[in-house]
Amino acid sequence: MIQVERRPDGVAVVVLDHPTKPVNTLSPAVVEEFNQKVAPLLDEEGIRAMVVVSAKPDTFIAGADLELIEGLSETEISNMSREGNALLERIFTSKKPVVAAVHGAALGGGLEVALACHYILATDDPKTVLGQSEVMLGLLPAGGGTQRLVERIGLVAALPMLLTGKRVRVRRAKKMGLVDAITTPGGIAETGARAALALAEGSLKRRPRKKNLMDRFTATAPGRAIVLRKARRQVARRTRGLYPAPPAILECVETGLKNGRVAGLACESDSFGRLAVTPESRNLVRLFHAMNEAKKGIDGGSKAVRRLAILGGGFMGSGVASVSLGLCQVVVRDLSDEVLGRAARSIDDGLKRQVRSGAIRRVEADRRRSRMLLTTQVDDLEGADLVIEAVFEDLELKRRVLAEVEERLADDAVFASNTSALPIHEIAAEARRPERVIGMHYFSPVPKMPLLEIVVAERTEPWATATAHAFGTAQGKTCIVVKDGPGFYTTRILAPYLNEAVLLVEEGARVEDVDRAMKDFGYPVGPLALVDEVGIDVGAHVAQDLGRAFADRGLEGSGAMPRLYEAGLHGRKNGRGFYLYPKTTKKGKKQVNPKIYELLGGKARRSVDAAEIQDRLALLTVNEAIYCLQEGVISSPRDGDLGAILGLGFPPFRGGPFRYVDTVGAGRVASRLEELAARHGKRFESADSLRTPGSRYYVE
Amino acid sequence: MNNSSPSRKVVVIDGCRTPFCRSGTAFADLRSYDLGRMAVSGLIHRTKIDPEVVDLLVMGTVIADPATSNLGREVVLGSQLPDSCPAYTCSVACVSSLQSFLDCARAIQTGDAEVAIAAGAETLSDAPIRYRRSVRKRLIAAQKARGAGDYLKLLRGLGPSDLLPEPVALAEFSTGEVMGENCERLAKRFGITREAQDEYAMTSHHRAAAAAADGRLERQIVPAYPPPRFKGVSADNGVRGDTTMEKLAKLKPVFDRKFGTITAGNASYLTDGGAAVLLASEEAAERLGLEPIAVLRGSAVAALDPLEELLLGPAMTVPMALNAAGLDLGDVEVFELHEAFAAQVLAVLKVLYDEEFCRDRLGRDEPVGAIDRDRLNTWGGSTSVGHPFGATGARLITNCCHRLEAEEARYGLVAACAAGAIGIGLVFERLDKRG
Repeated sequence: MIQVERRPDGVAVVVLDHPTKPVNTLSPAVVEEFNQKVAPLLDEEGIRAMVVVSAKPDTFIAGADLELIEGLSETEISNMSREGNALLERIFTSKKPVVAAVHGAALGGGLEVALACHYILATDDPKTVLGQSEVMLGLLPAGGGTQRLVERIGLVAALPMLLTGKRVRVRRAKKMGLVDAITTPGGIAETGARAALALAEGSLKRRPRKKNLMDRFTATAPGRAIVLRKARRQVARRTRGLYPAPPAILECVETGLKNGRVAGLACESDSFGRLAVTPESRNLVRLFHAMNEAKKGIDGGSKAVRRLAILGGGFMGSGVASVSLGLCQVVVRDLSDEVLGRAARSIDDGLKRQVRSGAIRRVEADRRRSRMLLTTQVDDLEGADLVIEAVFEDLELKRRVLAEVEERLADDAVFASNTSALPIHEIAAEARRPERVIGMHYFSPVPKMPLLEIVVAERTEPWATATAHAFGTAQGKTCIVVKDGPGFYTTRILAPYLNEAVLLVEEGARVEDVDRAMKDFGYPVGPLALVDEVGIDVGAHVAQDLGRAFADRGLEGSGAMPRLYEAGLHGRKNGRGFYLYPKTTKKGKKQVNPKIYELLGGKARRSVDAAEIQDRLALLTVNEAIYCLQEGVISSPRDGDLGAILGLGFPPFRGGPFRYVDTVGAGRVASRLEELAARHGKRFESADSLRTPGSRYYVE
Repeated sequence: MNNSSPSRKVVVIDGCRTPFCRSGTAFADLRSYDLGRMAVSGLIHRTKIDPEVVDLLVMGTVIADPATSNLGREVVLGSQLPDSCPAYTCSVACVSSLQSFLDCARAIQTGDAEVAIAAGAETLSDAPIRYRRSVRKRLIAAQKARGAGDYLKLLRGLGPSDLLPEPVALAEFSTGEVMGENCERLAKRFGITREAQDEYAMTSHHRAAAAAADGRLERQIVPAYPPPRFKGVSADNGVRGDTTMEKLAKLKPVFDRKFGTITAGNASYLTDGGAAVLLASEEAAERLGLEPIAVLRGSAVAALDPLEELLLGPAMTVPMALNAAGLDLGDVEVFELHEAFAAQVLAVLKVLYDEEFCRDRLGRDEPVGAIDRDRLNTWGGSTSVGHPFGATGARLITNCCHRLEAEEARYGLVAACAAGAIGIGLVFERLDKRG
């Protein structure tokens, strides 16, 4: 991967270019190559300075090669980090200046390579982004990031990057002192060489970041202690002690600050091995791989989408438009001028944000504005290659809208519904060409939520599925393909979970206890807060429809939600649900709505064991997921895990419902469900495959 | 004068525009760049053409925003059009986008382009208000200044009045007359009465309101959701459908307080807007499966005396364009004339059947003829719909073509006058269509 060019002026240009992959990644082999080809240059007579540059068009170094860690022991993994750290330390402490010339993504170990250099030159280009992403895989920066990033940009700026994997673009990075100078992509090796030479000659000096009050504060031991204590508290609150990586990161940062960089690096290497073998990290890495796998298209003959039509300009419609404007012309139709005005505003706000952060250039934002047509006229929908319908969840309305548009579509155009639960075959019942009708179920808010659930009806043709999959992937979503049926997949496994939460309240549990228990299990949001977000009316509807479909399995659902709706509790949308949502948003805990207890079981409340709550709710989701696999609603456990994690917030570090069963053991899950069935009812009866002794969903 | 060479016919596919808004209202925060972009991107959406096939864009605009001095090219870069589409900007006062159209047509006729967009945009909500020349000179010199002494020297000779902004000049550079003053001159010379002007203006407003009300303008207007409020605009907001002779009679003359007849009510008003027309060679239209509305049959450009004939351009270009097309006035059923002022249009109409003028200025034995008011600007005109200088030409062409279809007429004529005493005329023939 490494070529070295020795220039007559004494600068060595180190070019990174992976021979087979489109991106550069780090591995023990690369470290070895560095040690052989590059490290000796630091001692060589004729070499005055060095510049490290990538030959790849879009990346500097994208991180470490994760596949290599699998199957290795803790010690072996820690040793990998020790070797890497030794090399980077050699570069860092070299008397000869080494410049990192960064264009494209510098993530994880890639950023650490840059940090080990004495001067960071970077391009102000939408492709260039810097981040310490290891925490998102349950790992920690094991190449000096916990030490050198803090030294370079200060503790207060470094902690969010280390603890959340937050990425920064070059303009911001320059302000933070992470990047020393900005240049253009063309001829970056030459520019880097000039910088390296100037540093060697003393005509260019790296200006260390101006220290502000906060920096002076954290330079003192008590100041540092306060900042770290606050960080620990925040991490504890956010992760609820479920993720081992963030505390390990803080430990290495503190060790480095107290006992010096070398001690900090040793801490990194020790922790790296320890974290890499944890089930949390393994599951997060698997999730990462699964998401990449899902990006590969599916066969069937997808059609190019040059013109997208979106029906309905509300929250979902305008969200879908936002993520599509980078791809094709987008027509958004709504009957209401006001709704279109709100869509225009929210899309424009999104574009302004992207320009401000440097994600897109200003002229590109204008191009996207030009690609969009907001209209009330139905004729403007003509010629669309893909239609995504995001109108109200009403079957008649959706049928009408489909009929109206179909007259204006070519035979090979796809019509997709964003419905979360109305059966696709029902929507397609009167279509002229039902084979083009499919479900594309997005999650809200569309720009942020990564999942797209593609719902295939019996008559849907493969080309329609392939087109939806390709387009969803191009929008940046992770797609799973599921079969048409009540609740499809995500709504079907969510409904019993939410229903059980409401039942618990009816049985006397406190609202905050139920939500806390599930957050302690690893969900980002409690189930009752989620019901409020989704809307109690929606919840009631779904509970009713699915209850009917699966009545024979005891999943009728409590009649509680319709009752709450009748009593005027609609959820967040009208300020009153399980919690209260006053107009003036104050920071702090949500207030439970006292009216809930009046309506559900009375004021007297009892404590329910958190484990009991977690088992009842999580196992219903898991069980339902397994039914879905058995019935062919989902085609693989991988899709089931992706859907649950990315769409519903199932704890990612547990790997999803199927990984969870493999971890806990199918037998144990089955017997726990038996107990719950005996005590609470038919709905807990376990799916068949759980009862097969020794069954696993993943074979490894 | 020019007839389209028979081998390369120029056809109009369609035209689109933004709603036209009175300056200082809904579009007040937009640049002419935005308005041009909205018109061009709307045209691409409505005609469904593949942006890659457009070979040329010419943009007409009058008040230049220095940040976007080649407005046409900036609009190309900010729209769906590819970077590879060349574009330039032309400035011929009120006929700018008619000139754009002619330029595009010529390029198509010579084979330099197959498909082109002729556009125009203008905003009068923002004007390039400048420091006075005395201050500008010193500001430029200040770039070379070194030290306090140099700066102090620059302040010498400046008085307080120098710091006032330079009044934005909308006057004829050659004669010093504001256009309204010149139109007063014209109205008096040809005896155009106050009543006739008010009646003309009222009819224009009523016709514009009716056309908007029954949806005739829906095809050409692309709705806008302009920042900062993003409130939808889908109709021209300066039309006064309820205006009456009484209301108009109350207004005082603006350009000649004592003896004048031109008021704010019978003149066009400052407007913001953009418009664009898609044209192509006949072969390209067929090859690309585009359905043209009309073909260009003839065109004419004339230049006249800026003092006495500033606004009489159409009086020359109407007969010249008819000649080029081999037609008589009576052959034309659809007329779209720019209404800079009611008095201006009425003067032109009068002059066209005036023997003396036609003999002396046009060299004709007989007058050109009388244009039937019921064939002229039946969907409203610049007086009612508004006049964003650069965009009006493209709007007239679009209106003409849409009216040819709606009224199933055969020939249409577009003509406009412009500051600088220029006039342009175009003759179109509807194409029997769509298999």
